[in-house]
Amino acid sequence: MKKLLTLCVMAVTFVVTVHAQEKGSVLIKNATVITVTNGDLENTDVLIRDGVIENIGKDLNAPRGVETVDATGKFVMPGIIDAHSHLNGVDINEARNPVTAEVTMEESVDPNEVGIYHALAGGATTIHLMHGSANVIGGQGETLKLRYGTTQDGMRFEGAKRTIKFALGENPTRVHGQGNGIQPRTRMGVEQVVRNHFDEALDYKRKREAYLEVKAEYDRRGRGTPPVPVAENLRYEVLNDIIEGEIYVHCHSYRADEILMLMRVFNDYGIKNYTFQHANEAFKVAPELAKNGAMTSVFSDWWAYKFEVYYSTAYNASILNANGVINSINSDNNQLLRTLNHEAAKVVRYGNTTVNDAIKMITLHPAMQLGIDDYVGSIEEGKHGDVVVWSGHPLSIYSIAEMTFVDGKKYFDRSNDPDDMRIDINPGTDFEDGANFREIVTRRDEDACLQDAFILMQNNTQN
Amino acid sequence: MKKLNIFVVAIALLFGLTATTQAQITEKPEYGKFAITGATIHTVTNETIEDGVILIEGEKIAYVGNNIRVTGDYKRIDATGKHVYPGFIDGWTGLGLVEISAVPVTVDDAEVGQFNPNMYAFTAFNPHSAAIPVTRVSGVTTVLAKPRSGSISGKAAVMDLWGYSPDSMAVKKSGALVMNLPSSTGGGWWDNRSEEEIKKQYDRQIKEINDFISKARFYDNMMKAYESDPSGKTKPDHDPRMEAMREVLSGDVPVIITANSEQEILDAIEWAGQQEGMNFILAGANEGWRVADEIAEAGMGVLTTTLYTPSRDYDNYQRPYQNPGLMAEAGVKVAIVSDDTENSRNTTFEAGYAAAYGMGTEEALKAVTINPAEMFGVADKIGSLEEGKQANLFISDGDPFEPLTNIEQVFIKGFKIPMQSRHSQLYDEFLDRDAVNK
Repeated sequence: MKKLLTLCVMAVTFVVTVHAQEKGSVLIKNATVITVTNGDLENTDVLIRDGVIENIGKDLNAPRGVETVDATGKFVMPGIIDAHSHLNGVDINEARNPVTAEVTMEESVDPNEVGIYHALAGGATTIHLMHGSANVIGGQGETLKLRYGTTQDGMRFEGAKRTIKFALGENPTRVHGQGNGIQPRTRMGVEQVVRNHFDEALDYKRKREAYLEVKAEYDRRGRGTPPVPVAENLRYEVLNDIIEGEIYVHCHSYRADEILMLMRVFNDYGIKNYTFQHANEAFKVAPELAKNGAMTSVFSDWWAYKFEVYYSTAYNASILNANGVINSINSDNNQLLRTLNHEAAKVVRYGNTTVNDAIKMITLHPAMQLGIDDYVGSIEEGKHGDVVVWSGHPLSIYSIAEMTFVDGKKYFDRSNDPDDMRIDINPGTDFEDGANFREIVTRRDEDACLQDAFILMQNNTQN
Repeated sequence: MKKLNIFVVAIALLFGLTATTQAQITEKPEYGKFAITGATIHTVTNETIEDGVILIEGEKIAYVGNNIRVTGDYKRIDATGKHVYPGFIDGWTGLGLVEISAVPVTVDDAEVGQFNPNMYAFTAFNPHSAAIPVTRVSGVTTVLAKPRSGSISGKAAVMDLWGYSPDSMAVKKSGALVMNLPSSTGGGWWDNRSEEEIKKQYDRQIKEINDFISKARFYDNMMKAYESDPSGKTKPDHDPRMEAMREVLSGDVPVIITANSEQEILDAIEWAGQQEGMNFILAGANEGWRVADEIAEAGMGVLTTTLYTPSRDYDNYQRPYQNPGLMAEAGVKVAIVSDDTENSRNTTFEAGYAAAYGMGTEEALKAVTINPAEMFGVADKIGSLEEGKQANLFISDGDPFEPLTNIEQVFIKGFKIPMQSRHSQLYDEFLDRDAVNK
């Protein structure tokens, strides 16, 4: 028994150690600091202590025991935040119903995915791990810090807003209408799926609350006729949380008309915090987006890979920015995630957005869209020590991320960068004979949003 | 920097408004005699010239240097402080053949059948693809448009990105024959065949390919015999597929084999080594760095990219970026391509990554200009800034690999191209959508 207890204690200790979100301290000296919110500061030091930016200034001294990094001639930028990723999702799409609000990515996180390290090496520190786009109302997302080598819980971004995926247009209509023969088959159907479920959720809430009230009264009095139960329904609970503003909506969308449609619906239900993902045609309704305070998160230059992005433009982000829409540049792709700094640079090329505004699109703006801008997205005293040291200006093609810190802890160091950075080596994956290749992801792949759902669609097409 | 940007935005806004009022679909190009003066001229094949002059006459470059008095009959383009580069060549794209990849009726790069040497990308190349202007204004002036299906997919075409017909755009109708060899290692984790089955299938497919080529050789020999002395002989029946192989067997048109993994590359090298008189290029070569010496020894050029995730979990994160440089260092002739369709313009950044990760700017520049031109047998026409070559070039305000650099003016075959595309036109229309003309 005693032995067992010791074992238990050991196990608990072990779990606690692994789960701990480690924080570190570092003094980065003499860099050009791209603060994002307060201009670029030359020959400036950044002191991170216990995971938090404590001081930004000149000639700072390292407190005892704190490592100093000489960044003379180098640039320091906030860690890149990707508002749309499927990087380490174990499953992506619960594609069997047009509405699956109860589903969450929370338990679908692979903390050992080596792509996390690759993303760190590209200067990324936070991702929004999203459910796919098979369903009109998909699953809830998970905002993760790229603490490679920890656990599911260890990666969680504490304090981040809850999020959920919506999807309009071709993907849900293909999967459900074309694939399963149920609504929605059209953009008309998509709207009604959203409205019907919100209405059902509101009805449910009314009935459930009335029931709970009567039930409480019955329990208190301990006599009379017990009320007919109204069972708890997690899906409706989540939909009500959306209506009440507790969950930020991230809506996969492309065409201008469907973007307008969802804004009308959200206005009717009083939903305020939402971001249109991809939104290739958002530029066509930029004034309406700005008026409604809707945000966007777009590709820098992807277009024409499917019909609903054929009439789009790489100038999308610049037009949105010029019209006052809070926009971010996302990857939705494990390769693009490695080069988001240069994706942001394209926003300067296509439409002359300022360099600082372009950098906002991969730092502060995605942070706002995930409800974490109090913690990250800029280099400010009191914010998290999620910063990257770049060899040159991060928008130059020749600049390379040299060190990536999350909470002041160094997770990537180019001067100490072994080839094999796997944590969990799968037995039986012998690559030496040339077999068992990892699937290469190029930036040319179609959006990853329909992962898992394709199998379903293929099966249905055959039927 | 900041101030400058605000200024630029203001100018852009102004221009945006004017363009909206003009409401033109696409402007006409200019053609004739041009003098680009004051620029740094990156010839690629010769020295870089400071404060140089390029004269364009008709479709050709008439002069490159810095020692000439420009006469009044040339339209002057002052490029002081700017740079001139040869137009970039994207040597591996579906541009012109595929309009929207998810809409099958717009996809014309994959014909039915295993052996299609007589399928010409040239034929299906759509000069009016919306992606063509989008590509050319970014400095990519010429592409290799390629078919992709079966064992022998067909002929890829070297196409300039200006013109109203494939005929006027073709630099070379038969740029290369595209081939896909079977895989000797299986198709990955989803491939549930046994090793024995994989081997059997591989051998069978290789035999089919070898048989096809033997037949083509026989046909070629028979035709040659007839052509050299028709007297007393019956003319052999014309076979379009066999006929299409003749320029390949003679080595006049190179063969591009797609191969990515180490084993696929080694298999391709081995198979190609058994073919007499033919020229070979590898496309893909994701793991080329693993067998760079073998590729160099085989004398095969490579068409490759940089922006993809490492092919093996245990590979260093930057291997894909370093791959072109590592191959070039081993002596392989490398062309960097987009392997994309609508974003063929990103050839530039694929090359930029190679430049930043070991290849260097100069070598990466060759990889998008003279190297592909040489591989496809069109280096007498394009790929560098030399007198007598086609005037395919662009003026930029800096290093074209940098995303912050602007490509200011493109010339293709002497045409001063309107710097417009669907993307810029939508910008002009929607930047200030609700502005009205009063």
